[in-house]
Amino acid sequence: MDMLRAVGGEGLRKDAPAFRPGDRVKVHVRVVEGDKSRIQVFEGDVISRRGGSGPTATFTVRKISGGVGVERIFPLHSPVVEKVERVRQGRVRQAKLQYLRGRKGKKARIQEKRVR
Amino acid sequence: MVEGLIGRKLGMTQVFAEDGTATPVTVLEAGPCVVVQRKTAEKDGYEAVQLGLVDPRAAKRANRPSRGHHEKAGVPPTRALREFRLDPGADLKPGDRVLVDIFRDVAKVDVVGTSKGKGFQGVMRRHNFGGGASSHGSMFHRAPGSIGASAFPSRVFPGMRAAGHMGDARVTVKNLKVVRVDAERNLLLVRGAVPGPAGARVLIRRSPGAAAAAKA
Repeated sequence: MDMLRAVGGEGLRKDAPAFRPGDRVKVHVRVVEGDKSRIQVFEGDVISRRGGSGPTATFTVRKISGGVGVERIFPLHSPVVEKVERVRQGRVRQAKLQYLRGRKGKKARIQEKRVR
Repeated sequence: MVEGLIGRKLGMTQVFAEDGTATPVTVLEAGPCVVVQRKTAEKDGYEAVQLGLVDPRAAKRANRPSRGHHEKAGVPPTRALREFRLDPGADLKPGDRVLVDIFRDVAKVDVVGTSKGKGFQGVMRRHNFGGGASSHGSMFHRAPGSIGASAFPSRVFPGMRAAGHMGDARVTVKNLKVVRVDAERNLLLVRGAVPGPAGARVLIRRSPGAAAAAKA
């Protein structure tokens, strides 16, 4: 079991990104087009985190793009995810914010967390 | 070189490629093994080696026949003994060690294990029968249905699929891609799943078809 953890842990990022469900984040994604690669930013609210601290951990980011809800699931330790920036912290009471999917406009907002 | 060795399944995880593709892998502890007996064409009619999986705890439990068998080779007792074919021209002596590095230039391996026992299972689970409707007045749910005709032949044909014990059987998974060979820690990473629970003993052999690819 320890060996398994050791292998799984090899490719993991050490700078464990600090963010939680409800936070707004900017995900910097490396996109390869032909022989060039550039960084694309996907900004939205984290509505789910799963997999804990393991190598298979993922998180889901939701944003409204042109009136359409768009969700992307990123593997937390994927080398394609260059970095994850927290834009603001949200105050939420659920770990999974799937309820946002049924909401639009003002109702789909997340209250900002007061950080003392 | 020898065609394979004895190992242990540690469990599954995933590894990322540089471009972000995740590969599901099974981590196998492959060896180290020792040659306990050499089978020769003159004496036994075929060329092979009997390998034992090195196990520090085995010495305490070994019975006298096993102790004697291992002493002959000059190795400490092991609990798992299996025979493997030798490549023509290759030779190993009792006491020689066989490590994961035999898979260094191998593209694909076959893994033999014992699948997880499922107990007594019905035909839907065991043989993927369709079953009947759950509702709408259906009175036929998970039963096997007809198992043959009546007065003729007045018997059930052999091989008719029925409910019974499922799992806990020897299963071979062929052509698993070798993802990584870690000689330092005796680890072998293969793409995909391997039969049995974590900790189960497995046999790892290079795939016959992949032998040609190995030389390339």
